[in-house]
Amino acid sequence: MMEKMIFGRYLPLQSVVHRLDPRAKLLFIFGFVIVVFLANNALSYGLLAVFTLVFIYLSKINVRFLLAGLKPVIWLIAFTFLLHIFLTREGDLLFEAGFLKVYEGGVRQGAFISLRFLLLIFVTSLLTLTTSPISITDGLESLLKPFKKLKLPVHELALMMSISLRFIPTLMDETDKIMKAQMARGADFSSGPIKERVKAVIPLLIPLFVSAFKRAEELAVAMEARGYKGGEGRTKYRLLHWQGRDTAALIILVVLAALLWWTRS
Amino acid sequence: MDIQLQEVEYRYAAGTPFERLAIQDVSFAIPAGAFLAVVGHTGSGKSTIIQHLNALLQPTKGQVVIGDRVIAAGKKEKNLKSVRKKVGTVFQFPEHQLFEETVEKDICYGPVNFGVPEAEAKERARRLIGQVGLPEEVLQKSPFDLSGGQMRRVAIAGVLAMEPEVLVLDEPTAGLDPRGRKEIMEMFYTLHRERGLSTILVTHSMEDAALYADEMIIMHQGKVCKQGKPRELFSHPEELAAFGLSVPEVVRFQQSFEALSGITLEKTCLTIEELAEELARAKERGGAK
Repeated sequence: MMEKMIFGRYLPLQSVVHRLDPRAKLLFIFGFVIVVFLANNALSYGLLAVFTLVFIYLSKINVRFLLAGLKPVIWLIAFTFLLHIFLTREGDLLFEAGFLKVYEGGVRQGAFISLRFLLLIFVTSLLTLTTSPISITDGLESLLKPFKKLKLPVHELALMMSISLRFIPTLMDETDKIMKAQMARGADFSSGPIKERVKAVIPLLIPLFVSAFKRAEELAVAMEARGYKGGEGRTKYRLLHWQGRDTAALIILVVLAALLWWTRS
Repeated sequence: MDIQLQEVEYRYAAGTPFERLAIQDVSFAIPAGAFLAVVGHTGSGKSTIIQHLNALLQPTKGQVVIGDRVIAAGKKEKNLKSVRKKVGTVFQFPEHQLFEETVEKDICYGPVNFGVPEAEAKERARRLIGQVGLPEEVLQKSPFDLSGGQMRRVAIAGVLAMEPEVLVLDEPTAGLDPRGRKEIMEMFYTLHRERGLSTILVTHSMEDAALYADEMIIMHQGKVCKQGKPRELFSHPEELAAFGLSVPEVVRFQQSFEALSGITLEKTCLTIEELAEELARAKERGGAK
């Protein structure tokens, strides 16, 4: 069931995108998310789409796999599309049935918004697909360093993030195991009325919480036993190296932003 | 109830880049009332097989026959509860599945799910708590106040309370102390004999396999590579070594004894008692000469 999910998963492949510095990728994707909103006509959206496709191509991720991962959000996209079609009253009237009026502007607006959604989802899933969780944490910690002056506990945040990322697959496995154990005892998670289904989750949630507490305690003890005293005075084992291609990635983003600015109407 | 696996193959995450072949071309039968041990190295596919026995996983190829149900690849199965009612599975570290406020409620969870009236379920809980070696007072306690070993026993009682016809055990004694291991295995064996339960034991412990199983299956890299009586399989230690497995300590002792003394015993002994007897007989024979 969770096998098809692509959010937060990492696909270790060899590609230019995989080799980029995580800081560069984080900045790039953060920038891209903003830049997407610059597009407002067919030409600029086309530009963005082409750009995203090149990005996907460079990452060597299977497109079919990316599309399969869209399934959970496809309803959200469809819903916003329909909302736009029915609620935007702009341009020529295309179709009328009773109180339903579909305008040309609504269709266009709906298509653009859906495309925007798609592009955002593709590019952000590429971040996690091409970057190992550990590198993302390292990148974030390094990017957040300036905020230390504002008393932001950067090390603690990064530590929590790396621990949570590390335990996502472990907890997923555990969820799966407990689910199966309860199913073997006659639990039914996938049918019946809503009220029953919500109730059926309790035998899953309680053991999961209990084991998360236990795990946290064990981990804390193990960390202390190995001399962990907090962020002060720690050295780093993994070092990040900013290279030419990382600068190039950011330059490409700036060029894209300029192009969009120029083509938008 | 008979269970049969026919050329079963299972792939995890089929159709994604994470696809992994776990077992392939696995065929064997478990006749009603048999005690089967499945052994093999870590990652050989033992636990995947277990999940086919009560239809938690459906084969990606081949089919599994559980009693009168046929679980075949590619078919959508409905109402699997009736299968799971008959096949009780004790998973690895079953204490992780406890969740109710009291031990009694937790033991009743399974039976009640399968439609057993509450009074009857409570009656079973009372009976079983003694059988797994815990005092009746435990029934009103929270399962989370118990020790690890006690929690394991409660979890096992929860599975037994379903009164299954087939009992599937995935390393039921992992992480227990030697006494606890023996007690729990003896309890399963008694149940197996007294109620004629079919039992499938997945284990790393060659001692347990030798002691309890009538039939043994050796898994290696997702395939069944040997099947036979424990005595036959353990009399060829070099074959087992090829699969990264060893023989029980008793057998190892017998082998070094035979190598050192030049005396060959009449059969491969699986228990200390058997070995002692054989040694005594060998001594007599030696004395007669």
